[in-house]
Amino acid sequence: MSERILEVRDLAVSFDTYAGEVQAVRGIHFHLDRGETLAIVGESGCGKSVTVQTIMKLLPSPPARIKSGSILYQGEELVGKSDKEMENYRGKEFSMIFQDSMTSLNPTMRVGKQLCEGIRKHQRIGAEEAKAVAVNMLREVGLPNPEKAFRQYPHTLSGGMRQRVMIAMAIACSPKILFADEPTTALDVTMQAQILDLMNQLKADTGAAIILITHDLGVVAQMADRISVMYAGEIVESGTAAEVFYNPCHPYTWGLLGSMPSIAGSSRQAKEELLSIPGTPPDLFAPPAGCAFAARCSYCMKACLKADPPEFTADDGHMARCWLLDGRAAPVTPPVGRKAPAGKEGA
Amino acid sequence: MTETTKGAAAGLTNEDFQPVLSEKSADVIVRPSVSYWADVLRRLKSDKVAMISFGVIFVIALFAIFAPMFSPYDYETTNLKATNLAPCAEHWFGTDQLGRDLWARVWVGARVSLFIGLGGAIAPQLAGILIGGVSGYFGGWVDMVIMRIIDIGVCIPELVYITLMMLFMGSGPMAIILTIGMVGWMGSARFIRGRVMQFKNREFVLAAKTQGASPLRQIFRYILPNILGQQVVSITAAIPGAIFMEAYLSFIGLGIKSPMTSWGQLSQVGASFYRVHPYQLFIPGALISVTILAFYLFGNCLRDALDPHLRD
Amino acid sequence: MAAPLIQVENLKKYFPAGRKQLLKAVDDVSFSIGRGTTLGLVGESGCGKTTIGRTILGIYEPDGGRVLYDGADLAKLNKAQKKAMTRKMQMVFQDPYASLNPFFTVGEIIEEGLLIHKLYPDKAQRRERVYGLLELVGLNREHANRFPHEFSGGQRQRVGIARALALEPEFLVCDEAISALDVSIQAQVVNMLMQFQREMSLTYLFITHDLSMVRHIADQTAVMYMGKMVEYADTGELYSRPAHPYTIGLLSAVPAADPDYQKSHQRIHLQGEVPSPINPKPGCRFCGRCSKALPRCAEEEPVLKNLGGGHFAACHLL
Repeated sequence: MSERILEVRDLAVSFDTYAGEVQAVRGIHFHLDRGETLAIVGESGCGKSVTVQTIMKLLPSPPARIKSGSILYQGEELVGKSDKEMENYRGKEFSMIFQDSMTSLNPTMRVGKQLCEGIRKHQRIGAEEAKAVAVNMLREVGLPNPEKAFRQYPHTLSGGMRQRVMIAMAIACSPKILFADEPTTALDVTMQAQILDLMNQLKADTGAAIILITHDLGVVAQMADRISVMYAGEIVESGTAAEVFYNPCHPYTWGLLGSMPSIAGSSRQAKEELLSIPGTPPDLFAPPAGCAFAARCSYCMKACLKADPPEFTADDGHMARCWLLDGRAAPVTPPVGRKAPAGKEGA
Repeated sequence: MTETTKGAAAGLTNEDFQPVLSEKSADVIVRPSVSYWADVLRRLKSDKVAMISFGVIFVIALFAIFAPMFSPYDYETTNLKATNLAPCAEHWFGTDQLGRDLWARVWVGARVSLFIGLGGAIAPQLAGILIGGVSGYFGGWVDMVIMRIIDIGVCIPELVYITLMMLFMGSGPMAIILTIGMVGWMGSARFIRGRVMQFKNREFVLAAKTQGASPLRQIFRYILPNILGQQVVSITAAIPGAIFMEAYLSFIGLGIKSPMTSWGQLSQVGASFYRVHPYQLFIPGALISVTILAFYLFGNCLRDALDPHLRD
Repeated sequence: MAAPLIQVENLKKYFPAGRKQLLKAVDDVSFSIGRGTTLGLVGESGCGKTTIGRTILGIYEPDGGRVLYDGADLAKLNKAQKKAMTRKMQMVFQDPYASLNPFFTVGEIIEEGLLIHKLYPDKAQRRERVYGLLELVGLNREHANRFPHEFSGGQRQRVGIARALALEPEFLVCDEAISALDVSIQAQVVNMLMQFQREMSLTYLFITHDLSMVRHIADQTAVMYMGKMVEYADTGELYSRPAHPYTIGLLSAVPAADPDYQKSHQRIHLQGEVPSPINPKPGCRFCGRCSKALPRCAEEEPVLKNLGGGHFAACHLL
């Protein structure tokens, strides 16, 4: 078995607002092995960004508050570490690629200087040496003219180039975990394809593990080894990419997969209704009793309104939280997914 | 698949696993409805500084309105038998060198000073909204002409302006307000123009345009309400400046003239005798300071309360 | 093909970009949209697709060419006719957060068009109409008194659709109407739009950068690159037999939500980026990124060629 570098157990994060407590993350657990890509998928407000920002300790507290749980990085507890202590981890052990490269780069500082600052913070090298490393980094992320880019200000670069600069900054100190929060959402599709290729290639070169946050299942399909689907602050399904794409067990995952029109496949299905999820995710200011998805679920049972479904796990680690998987529920044929690997029980 | 977290299924019967048609709409909004202004008010109320400064302003305004009405003395009646009295039971703030009751004069002066403060803050904003709004919305040569006029206008030092205008228009509260307005509109027009230009290409204004809304409707129903919050802050922030301007003008003898009075005029007179009768300078001076401070603090709190970035 | 409702002929829209420079946002584009059909307009950001939509609706004045609505030249209408025309052509905007006036309740937002055009003069009837529209888009009458910031993105976008439908338009421009929404919500909104098209025989100009959604919703698809239309065809034809190298690259770049398909398909990636649209070089604008470019491509601008069956593409290789 590969080495486990990150383990999150029973993590719950709340925001204290004037109106009361907003339960952004409600008891999740997942793990990350060395060199793999875990995609956390979900709609905006489902808590996926909060999860990652909690691990990085980037959330202002108050209003954010870790209610329970532990975050183990290579066996070391991160919950309760001070900001000062976390500084040794951020950038060096794990780093982050943000969605908006415009606001996450300092507009008044040249690209090269920002890059060198990060490098020199964690590596004891001289200015000249740092510059060489930085230019090399910029070349590695595919900037056509790295020496020139080194001297430029962020706003003079295009969106795709800025994203490349951000990736260079993120990987400059060869972190063990790379958090990518919607890294390509703001980009055009041809640029997105280039950036995803770059990330896959860098992952192969450096062996860093990636936690990818996105709502785009196309991106997930291209990047992820394993997938965790988040809904209303909980992980409702997780498993390998193949399991989640081809044998999804949770109605929410069915909805997500069904709502993507296909670019592959035949054009037969064009102009047909997409499978969509009605309504809106619940407000985590007052999460409903029972299953949070019940109000939008077309397979809803009485049990779903009474009690939060437990985790049902198959032998291969494929997990889903849905009462449909309970033996007492009538079997349901999922509207999406195609091949059920042999020897698999459940829905 | 097998259940891995135990206990959750306890208490559920087979019957619970029958499908139900969910009657709950997934589009319910659980948070209470809060309008923009209600939210602003809530935030203001929870701000101690805002409440205290507002209280101070409120009390001073109450005194300005009612104190002269219930005072046995008139603000302009002289009494040469009782000049320069220190504060006593008879005359709470004492009397001046002509024997006029300072309690009455201070609160009548407060009326004038507050009136000028409000008027002097609002007048340039009104002119600015009108001129800046037209300039920003229509753009093109209209904008060009107005902006060049302002460019020239702001090059002339303010004091030159004010002194000339006061000499020309004579003293009195309205003259002071007009003067402040004539000087202040340029800054606010520029500011408003920028805001209008920023808002006129917002999607909700474009939406109104595609629905056939006339330019006036776009300005008054879509653009101005969005700018107004900031303008209320600007007005509050400008009040201390206007009060101070009045005090300054009166102090150098260009403002309010006796027997009419204002805090500035009282300070000016008081300043000549402050070694002998310090209370004649100290009382109006303290009131000016406290009022300006209160408005300033309240303006700050208001800005915080209106700031959309702080909305949660 | 159905009789055209919208005809765009040689449309040009230039924006000044400092010092005698011009940003040719839309440069000589022509197309038509049949009544009751959907034209998908795709391209990367800055290709001019939003400008086309806004110019058709009169938010921008064209710098050349014309737009015909049902045969009538929109530039030749007088003020009253123009206002009347706004009832027939409406728009759903991109940003569900910026497109609703924060100071109006949702009811007031939907009511506004009715007030402008003095429809339903009776207040009670007007209220009922607003409630009806809210229910049409899956919200309910209790929502009328709430403010936009209380709604989620998808709900707001539905309010935006209700606002557009309030005037009973025939033609709807959806400008990246689903781009800002989550996938499941996108499907919800697209299903709703397609249902309304069937029920109210609406005509759509569906502007987006999401190629899979266009394939799903559009009858015809036009691909834009730097202000030029490079390819135009029936949607099925365009996706199965793309002709222009740009279209081929664009389609190949879309990640499919299918890991096995992705492993089995080698993707051709467009290299480089869209160059600056200010004072573009002569010749084909795609020339610099095209792997098949000929010397001729840098000199001569290609025109749209008919490849048969209503399939047009602008490329010298064809």
